[in-house]
Amino acid sequence: MSDRSNSKPETGAFFARNRAWHPPAFAPGYKTSVLRSPQRALLSLDGTISEITGPVFGHSILNELDNDLIHNFAKPGESAIGERIIVHGRVLDERGRPVPGVLLEFWQANAGGRYRHKKETYLAAIDPNFGGCGRAISDDEGRYAFRTIRPGAYPWPNGVNDWRPAHIHFSVFGHGFAQRLITQMYFEGDPMIWKCPIVGTIPDKQAIEQLIAPLDWGNTIPMDARAYKFDIVLRGRRSTLFENRLEGN
Amino acid sequence: MVQELGYLKETPSQTAGPYVHIGLTPNYSEIGGVYETDLGSTMVNDKTLGERITVTGRVLDGAGAPVKDAVLEIWQADSAGFYNSPSELRGTADPNFTGWGRCPTNSVDGVFRFETIKPGRVPFKDGRRMAPHITVWIVARGINIGLHTRMYFPEEAAANAEDPLLARIEHKERLATLIAHKEGSGYTFDVHLQGDKETVFLDI
Repeated sequence: MSDRSNSKPETGAFFARNRAWHPPAFAPGYKTSVLRSPQRALLSLDGTISEITGPVFGHSILNELDNDLIHNFAKPGESAIGERIIVHGRVLDERGRPVPGVLLEFWQANAGGRYRHKKETYLAAIDPNFGGCGRAISDDEGRYAFRTIRPGAYPWPNGVNDWRPAHIHFSVFGHGFAQRLITQMYFEGDPMIWKCPIVGTIPDKQAIEQLIAPLDWGNTIPMDARAYKFDIVLRGRRSTLFENRLEGN
Repeated sequence: MVQELGYLKETPSQTAGPYVHIGLTPNYSEIGGVYETDLGSTMVNDKTLGERITVTGRVLDGAGAPVKDAVLEIWQADSAGFYNSPSELRGTADPNFTGWGRCPTNSVDGVFRFETIKPGRVPFKDGRRMAPHITVWIVARGINIGLHTRMYFPEEAAANAEDPLLARIEHKERLATLIAHKEGSGYTFDVHLQGDKETVFLDI
């Protein structure tokens, strides 16, 4: 699956996940979590080779427009309606090192807050030229970028009057399956962020702020698209200083 | 002041939400023409080594209702016990086996299905061997951070009895939640998110 082989892969186990920094499974303000959260404690175990390894995807899976949501579902010569933006950033690990060659997948609603999904019934119109999915692979410095339109806020049946802030969903692979992460990116200055029960599942304000992408004026392209920067941090891994070899005896 | 360790914090998880399929399985959610196929929908080809198996099951919530909007991913070794990963330094995995698959639970009946092969045994850190297993990762609306678990094989009683992870489970009656049911070449593995039959989930 991989077409990258320019550096020796690391095989240390990952740092233990700080689960106080992540949202807890049971977060009653987000009602669906009540029946979908385990009640027993998780079984903790230092990572084995089953978690230290993970799938790696080559560029052969990518099409030219995979990182251009403005055009990848549009009819020829047309484009999605909405605020044109570029989202870019780096994938790093907790040691601050770039994580190259990893697949990122994105999905989102259109400019009016409407998802293209058969279970979605919000009144806002579908955009015939917007699908809402994209993907990219991080480069050797961990960088990724894609073009899209800024998604709208959208209402959801949790409380009587709950609305999600504008957000883009991210799925990120690392080099080990233990790094697997799904999260959501929010936009700087959106007052809805602080009213949202899903955002509110995260206990620490600083952790929430880690999900808010700042406007990146420097990378904004005049007369074309504004830019937002969203860096993603995956679990770091130990150096194998004094470790038993995974190969065993 | 002591030296700074200088570590960053991991990006916090958020739920995948009810429309996770748009991003992970767009063809399944009828967004055609963007990707040729949904990633992870095929793990084997006609040259893949090993015993072909199917794994089906459902994800059940705390009320016993099937979760019809989840996405599962599995990660496993090939038939000889090698992972198709650059971090696999013990040998070379079968190039005709991806080791990784992705499948939504069906929006009507909640069933997921993987066509794969039975994995070989892989080593634990201290030289002991783990029993054959498949790593399972589950995301869905209502799940704030992806849930990791493992599926083991019922016909591997001897290997399961010496598996280091299974040995760590204090309440032995819970071992059964990680062992699939076998019917022909098919295995059934239901995941119970909550309640009396709650699956053992891992922090790993």
